[in-house]
Amino acid sequence: MSHPAQLSEINQTADAAEHVAEHLTGPACAAILSAGVGCFVLGVLAVAADASKPLAKLLTFYRPTGPLSGVSTVAIVFWLALWIVLARTWRRKSVAFVPVSIAAFALLAAGLLLTFPPIGDLFIGK
Amino acid sequence: MAFGSRTPFVRGYRMELTQHSLMTVLHGLIFGGFFLLAIFGVVAELCRSFWTRQPAMLTDRGHAMERFYLILLVGLGWAAVLSGAYIVYPWYRAIPPAGLSDLSGFPQRLLLSSPTTAGWHSLGMEWKEHVAWMAPIAMTMVAYVLTVYKKRTEQFMRIRATVLSFAVVAFLAAASAGLFGAMLNKVAPVKGGQMIHLMKESK
Repeated sequence: MSHPAQLSEINQTADAAEHVAEHLTGPACAAILSAGVGCFVLGVLAVAADASKPLAKLLTFYRPTGPLSGVSTVAIVFWLALWIVLARTWRRKSVAFVPVSIAAFALLAAGLLLTFPPIGDLFIGK
Repeated sequence: MAFGSRTPFVRGYRMELTQHSLMTVLHGLIFGGFFLLAIFGVVAELCRSFWTRQPAMLTDRGHAMERFYLILLVGLGWAAVLSGAYIVYPWYRAIPPAGLSDLSGFPQRLLLSSPTTAGWHSLGMEWKEHVAWMAPIAMTMVAYVLTVYKKRTEQFMRIRATVLSFAVVAFLAAASAGLFGAMLNKVAPVKGGQMIHLMKESK
């Protein structure tokens, strides 16, 4: 069993680590940017799968769901992989938050617009 | 399956629906509906925090409850999109046997069979099936940031503003998907499967 003094030291160290983490913008930037990129990838893949029959076939991971299964899975894997990479890279850093958040929101908005069929169709000439 | 068959209070009432209809309700109304409500709660709380003089200081139990709420929110979001894409959507896009004239059990084909309803698929479903995924992706990020920066989001105004903007977009995406889902299920309902008796007439 740990000594009370040791437990107190452990708690203080944990509090200090939490305090440091809360002051760094790196982890937040990693989460926000990867979410924006993930949504953008989703939008791009949705348009691409609509434009190309071979790609749609390639993205059909689960036949009853069709290309949607691949579009969503690839976007999610891309989002999570990027999040892990950025989180490791920016774990102990304070990253310039404003450019990252602007870029992330722009990517999110672009992804959202690309999923809207009349806009997506403009890119594939439908 | 039968409930209430021996209860005198509900004697004389019969309620049954198909397995596919029940799953559609679970997907749209329970997972999707409560996800939408939960996002609205986050948006309202984040908006409120912009105009507070003194930031709310939660106790440890308060933070634990907040974390539970956020985990539940994210769980509902993923349950909604996964049940939609892998359970309900295959029923929606099922291909009828050749020569079948009654397309009522094949919603996608039913909608595409008439120029007056084809738009519900080519615009409504085509948008809904993709835009819906953005909501749980965005809300997972929101939940993570609000959990990690639980005490500092009050001070980090920019982080709070960004998180709020993502939550608003997630709300709009989930609301659009939900609205089109409800409308599509009105025009061409997903039905079929085993009949489930919620209430049976007692003999």
